[in-house]
Amino acid sequence: MTDEEVKVAVLKALASVAPELNEAALVPDKSFRDQLDIDSMDFLNYVIALHETFRIDIPEADQRLLDTIESAVDYLRRRSARASTARG
Amino acid sequence: MEAGVLVEWLKKPGERVARGDVIAVVETQKGAIEIEVFQAGTIDALLAQPGQKLAVGAAMAIIRADGEEPVPREAVPAMPAVVAPSPPAVPLARPGLEGRASPAARRRAAELGVSLGGIAGTGPGGAISLADVEAAAPAAPSFAGMREVIGAAMARSKREIPHYYLGHTVDLETALRWLETENLKRSVAERILFGALLLKAVALALRTYPEFNGFHVEGKFKPSEGIHVGVAISLRQGGLIAPAIHDADRLSLPGLMASLRDLVRRARCGGLRSSELSDPTITATSLGEQGTDIVFPVIYPPQVAIVGFGAIARRPWVTDSGIEARRIIFLSLAADHRVSDGHRGGRFLRAVAERLQEPQAL
Repeated sequence: MTDEEVKVAVLKALASVAPELNEAALVPDKSFRDQLDIDSMDFLNYVIALHETFRIDIPEADQRLLDTIESAVDYLRRRSARASTARG
Repeated sequence: MEAGVLVEWLKKPGERVARGDVIAVVETQKGAIEIEVFQAGTIDALLAQPGQKLAVGAAMAIIRADGEEPVPREAVPAMPAVVAPSPPAVPLARPGLEGRASPAARRRAAELGVSLGGIAGTGPGGAISLADVEAAAPAAPSFAGMREVIGAAMARSKREIPHYYLGHTVDLETALRWLETENLKRSVAERILFGALLLKAVALALRTYPEFNGFHVEGKFKPSEGIHVGVAISLRQGGLIAPAIHDADRLSLPGLMASLRDLVRRARCGGLRSSELSDPTITATSLGEQGTDIVFPVIYPPQVAIVGFGAIARRPWVTDSGIEARRIIFLSLAADHRVSDGHRGGRFLRAVAERLQEPQAL
């Protein structure tokens, strides 16, 4: 997956819990929990959506890496590359 | 809430219904609500029409219990409408045109979970536009209406209920460490949030302190047999809703977590049930991890108590071995002095705190 494809998937997962989000207004390296006022339940649902899309397990300790667009793209690209190597 | 507009019937005359079945959807100031039946039987007649405004308590349908004679047609009362607006002009969906939708409309439909097949397009040549998709999405609650409902309930609460307030600081380190270890064994989708432990601790403590679980109606307290904890859920666009988790004391932690996830999702996307909104026997409110240390909640009448959870914070805490940084929470209680006193309220709050020290027993 390219970075752009991962980013689209991240935004889609985010839109599933915050349909009102305005992509253009999101600051990529700032926590969107603050920007979108997302609570722990919405954040869990967002992580579950990513888990289902990328078919990878996401340990609780790694969840903080999914908190900005930039770090989420970075984490998911690394994890999905590793998962596809393992599968291949 | 005084009235609602019938959006659609989900059952037809002649169909059998069981207690708890959803038979209709009504749009209210609290959003779209699913109406459940409280009696099993067969639907004899649907009295209300979609689009009709109905007062709370108005008869909507006639359900014949097993063994009862059918109601003669002429005995069926005409539905007294509060307001009977002419039905809105809705273009009919035309088969074959569902393939004609703009890319933006398709994307929005996927986001909203709306099927393009059921939408009548108003664009050129009947194409489905973004506006058509948004118009077909389940109605979002009216926030001005919701603010009015909250305002009326809170004004009544502050006018009628002699509140007293108590607070208690609780060390959560043991419970949080236990939960972190538990969650290591679980997949993402089965993970439990700490809020579920708080709700379970409140529900179990209520078994010993029934004077905080029930309603103050017609001048006296009526305790409730079931422990139905209302969960205050804030809506990002504004407003607040507090649907119930039924029999929260009898649910396992994973079961309670599943109910909580489902409830939050439906509160924010629509699809709450009438019973969930009408029968919480106590409310719990949390300002979440981004909130303040302490919340001083206001009782939702006719309930008689509300428990508040502040944000979990790391603070210095004196233990047997000295001073440690531990994660703590401030529990608060607002209760009705017509029903209970501070002494019992304090014991109830301490009982919640004690339950949280033994998370494996929740």
